[in-house]
Amino acid sequence: MSNILEAHNIVKQYATHRALDNVSVSVPKGSIFGLLGPNGAGKTSLIRIITQITAPDEGYVLLDGQRLKPDHIEDIGYLPEERGLYKKMKVGEQLLYLAQLKGLSEKQAMEKLKIWFKKFDIKTWWTKSIEDLSKGMQQKIQFVATVMHEPKLIILDEPFSGFDPINANLIKDEILELRDRGTTIIFSTHRMESVEELCDHIALINKSKVILNGSKSEIKNQFKDNSYSVRFHGSLDSLPSDFEVISQKNIENNLNQFNIKLVGDASVNQLVGHLINQVELVSFHENIPSFNQIFIKAVGGEIPDEVGSIS
Amino acid sequence: MKNIFLVLKREYLVRVRKKSFIIMTFLTPILIAAFYGIIVWSAVGSFKNEHKTIQVIDQSGLFKDKFKNDKNTTFEFINQPISEAQKKLKGKEGNLLVFIPANIMEQPKGLQIYSEKNIGPMLQGRIEKIVQKELRNIKLSKAGITQEVIEEANQNVDAQTFNLDDEGKTRSSSTMAAYVAGYAAAFLLYIFILIYGAGVMQGVMEEKSNRIIEVIISSVKPFHLMMGKILGVAAVGLTQFLLWGVLTFGVTSATQTLFGFNRFTATEEVLNQQTAQADPELKKEIEKTQSNTLKTISDFSASAQSLPLIQIFVCFLFYFLGGYLLYSSLYAAIGASVENQQEAGQFTFPIMLPIIAAIFFAQLAINQPDGALAFWTSMIPFTSPVVMMARIPFGVPAWEIALSMVLLVLGFVGTTWLAARIYRVGILMYGKKVNYKELSKWIFYKG
Repeated sequence: MSNILEAHNIVKQYATHRALDNVSVSVPKGSIFGLLGPNGAGKTSLIRIITQITAPDEGYVLLDGQRLKPDHIEDIGYLPEERGLYKKMKVGEQLLYLAQLKGLSEKQAMEKLKIWFKKFDIKTWWTKSIEDLSKGMQQKIQFVATVMHEPKLIILDEPFSGFDPINANLIKDEILELRDRGTTIIFSTHRMESVEELCDHIALINKSKVILNGSKSEIKNQFKDNSYSVRFHGSLDSLPSDFEVISQKNIENNLNQFNIKLVGDASVNQLVGHLINQVELVSFHENIPSFNQIFIKAVGGEIPDEVGSIS
Repeated sequence: MKNIFLVLKREYLVRVRKKSFIIMTFLTPILIAAFYGIIVWSAVGSFKNEHKTIQVIDQSGLFKDKFKNDKNTTFEFINQPISEAQKKLKGKEGNLLVFIPANIMEQPKGLQIYSEKNIGPMLQGRIEKIVQKELRNIKLSKAGITQEVIEEANQNVDAQTFNLDDEGKTRSSSTMAAYVAGYAAAFLLYIFILIYGAGVMQGVMEEKSNRIIEVIISSVKPFHLMMGKILGVAAVGLTQFLLWGVLTFGVTSATQTLFGFNRFTATEEVLNQQTAQADPELKKEIEKTQSNTLKTISDFSASAQSLPLIQIFVCFLFYFLGGYLLYSSLYAAIGASVENQQEAGQFTFPIMLPIIAAIFFAQLAINQPDGALAFWTSMIPFTSPVVMMARIPFGVPAWEIALSMVLLVLGFVGTTWLAARIYRVGILMYGKKVNYKELSKWIFYKG
């Protein structure tokens, strides 16, 4: 799989602090790429370099194998975290204007917009002023403005904020559909459940540096601690020292839950062997960390005492 | 370039469709015409031939037979308390009551005139003149001067006035027209720069506080956005200026057609009538004022035609655009740097200072169009548009205009460059209190 976007050793220095320090990320074509990081880590700085709002002090960015150039603006759609439209302008005029700034002709823009207005069933909004729309409706318009010129790369900064669950789902489906049609999406968010659900790849930026970068499974594997969660009836008296009980609790009456970590060369089968001799197993699965845990651990905190599980 | 045009187009269309623009554009010429109409109407109206009955209560007993009736005025001496006479006056439009107290000799200011409507300066002057003349005659004869001497002493002197300028040459009569044209052009420019400069600032602040700026800036270079906005607003200004011109001309000539007269000849006719009816004493006085007025009016219209109107018009457009570009780019930089109106205040003040100074210098320049101050202030780009426009109707050497124009172009290229550097950083800066030190740092930011 080739990369649609490659950032190489990007450095961005502001007067007193370094917003990006030697940042390199690669975004595979056709993926949904999660750009994660705490507030102030440098995500927005990186996005602004990709969208050519600012230029890097060092390093370079390749879009589809080419160095970034002004024409590339037409290949990128950007939904900033802080949404905004001209409040007094009519919806239709506004979208036509924004489409033309992205290089579409008025006629092309009209055709594209008709499709979107039909899809979202918002035809009656065309002549309304933005200020007469609810916040959720404005968000929809802004989403249309981001994707209407059919860019190769779409950058969405917190796309679900401000949407009710129904509309959030609508947008989510649109994102997946765009991905299926070959568009690459860079998705910047703090909401780890949507990262879990949507992203194929992630990069985690903390304190101006990339600290994690890779496919979802790679990263999860990297953060596994080789521990297993077991539920059983009965009582577990003793285990060899190869198996360390991290935590245990009684769920109800006779039902217990243990977290057991494999130490050294011990195998899963050995653990199961020991268990079935002593107790009646109810469930057994590997503890795979959630992105929430990974995020917190990677950024500096300890993994919270929460049993993450992916089924 | 395409993007500058797109931004310009949006800016223009949004602004000219605003209610405030439409109201301002159409109301202002009507107001000007109405104002003008009222002046003409009241000037003509005061000469109107309306028959007036003037009742006189003469407690001093000195003025019998001194007030003479004519075609339009009848004097009636009555003998009743003033309060009663006042009551009777009610409802009789155009009638007057003159009260001369017994001690008028000692207190000439005790003369009172009552009427329902304003009586107009002509009539008031006439009554005052009669009373004044009579009082003087009485006092002079008391001092032993005979009537003949008094008659002889009342000689009319009519001076012709000339103004000498620095070099001792008499100034041509076009001074007046140049004065008016210069001041009007300078003032119009001043107002336009202030209003439209602030308009640019508002627009930039709106984009920033709307947060649409980040979307736009990911499609358009900040410099293109700024220039598109500035030029769009300039186009709005020119449109308004043009519409004002056309509408004012249209409304004014429509008003004239409606009234069915040319105001100058109408005034003249009324004045002639008035003269014919007035008593001989006043006649000379009126003739003098009249001839002066007419002379001024005709001189003025003649000299207005002698002004270099095309030059004034072309220079106005140039200096409007130059001055506007110079200032509006600075306004744009301020709009980009601040987040609300209050913050904007502290930065707009230093920018408004030279504009206000410019209108002040323009006033001085009108009085001394070739002075050193006028020369230098019409070279410095920050004041040159306003001051030069004030000077041009008086005639300015071509090389001075050319030099001033070149300096102005350099000036606005400079401020636009500076403003663009601040603008591109400022528009994406939120939650930071800016000061001059901060702004000067932005100028040197890379990328």
